[in-house]
Amino acid sequence: MMETAIEVIDLVSYYGDREILKNISFSVPSKKITVILGGSGCGKSTLLRHIIGLSKPTKGNIMINGKDITTINERELDEFRKRMGVLFQGAALLNSVTLSDNVALPIREHTQLKESTIKIMVRMKLDLVGLAGFEDFYPSQLSGGMKKRAGIARAIALDPEFLFFDEPSAGLDPITAAGLDELILKLRDVFNMTIVVVTHEMASVETIADYVIMLDKGEIVFSGILDELKSSDNQRIRMFLERKPETEKFLPDDFLKVITGD
Amino acid sequence: MPTFKDINDASRLINETFYWAFVSPFKGKPIRVKASISEMVKAGYNSVPIVAVISLFVGIILALQSAYQLKRFGALTYVANLVGVTITRELGPIMTAIIVAGRSGSAFAAEIGSMKATEEVSALISMGINPVRFLVVPKLIALMIMVPALTMFSDFIGILGGFILAITALEIHPYNYYLQTINALLVKDIVTGLVKAWAFGVVITIVGAYHGFKVEGGAEEVGRRTTSSVVSSIFLVILFDLFFTALFYYFT
Repeated sequence: MMETAIEVIDLVSYYGDREILKNISFSVPSKKITVILGGSGCGKSTLLRHIIGLSKPTKGNIMINGKDITTINERELDEFRKRMGVLFQGAALLNSVTLSDNVALPIREHTQLKESTIKIMVRMKLDLVGLAGFEDFYPSQLSGGMKKRAGIARAIALDPEFLFFDEPSAGLDPITAAGLDELILKLRDVFNMTIVVVTHEMASVETIADYVIMLDKGEIVFSGILDELKSSDNQRIRMFLERKPETEKFLPDDFLKVITGD
Repeated sequence: MPTFKDINDASRLINETFYWAFVSPFKGKPIRVKASISEMVKAGYNSVPIVAVISLFVGIILALQSAYQLKRFGALTYVANLVGVTITRELGPIMTAIIVAGRSGSAFAAEIGSMKATEEVSALISMGINPVRFLVVPKLIALMIMVPALTMFSDFIGILGGFILAITALEIHPYNYYLQTINALLVKDIVTGLVKAWAFGVVITIVGAYHGFKVEGGAEEVGRRTTSSVVSSIFLVILFDLFFTALFYYFT
């Protein structure tokens, strides 16, 4: 059996009065790419925010390397955050500073390295994501795909153990998205990182996923390897894989009642 | 109306800001000096022209208005006293604070708010960087230094405005006006004005940052929060002014 890096136990999360995550449990294997798959609004982004410690769940535990991040204090959480990198949906680069300052930010904050060393590290990271020569560009001068690459360079600045991606291919053309998938695979193979990708793009899942967790309406409908997912006969999974729309929720008579308000 | 949660959020922000500005530097987490200087340039140096022009005009207006009354008693030379004391104790600090609230307070709310909307604040947290230390503390340091500095400048220009009007339109002898001003002004007047200015700087920073961090949605909310940051910081500046003025009236 694969080694476990992250374990989510009985997680419950509310947004206001609405239950987003309904008592879910799963584990993420170490040094592999795990994809959290699901349609819009299924709670996958909320789940990611809990795993990276941005918001506390209503109930449940998240164990990372055997440590429960839902109960530790902010300072211990910061120690853990130094060992992880996150790529946000819009890359979330600081718009007021250059790319090299963006990538250097975590290094400057968390180490006492000399400026000349930092410069070399930044260049290496930018080169790794294919952005050598763009050090002095501002985020607003880059395309969407380049921003995401720069976001990855910043996320891996401190050579983290864990890397999290929130919808890496959202808003990108197929060629750029495929390039990003290749980069994610490279990070797993070369740096042995434990990678979690949240997405709804099946094409990307087929290329990168070692392990798949599928969420639907706040519940886990599947967890296992990709082949098992494809051969599953669960109705919701089949709909997702075959791109079928949601069936009509109401019978015609009920619908009439809904719109007339009786 | 502010709810209990808003008050809770605001006090947590105040608490954190003061912790990262005054406690953590002694625990090996220094203030970002370079960022503080760049904020000082943006909030302080860049508002010198507007503060100068407004202070000059208000100085002239004040001299005119007081001359209107004092002329009836044949006490025109007392224009110097009125202008000097009113500007240093009251109008210098409050005008500066209102200009800074409009220029920098709104900019703080817009900057932090749009960073919140584009997940930049989340990104900072996920890198283990405290957003209050990273974003708010340099602004606080900048305004704590620059609002009193601008106030001193505004005091000087305001009195100069009164002086210019007095020696031309009111035909008061320049040396007389100078002597009257020097005799009327106490160190206390200037210092109490600067204490107020310091407090206004803190209020403007906290209010701007508070509204910035409150942004949850997109660009539309950034605009709304920017507007309310200006309104509420001007309101709070005047409230604090009332409090300090009453305090100084009874205790100095």
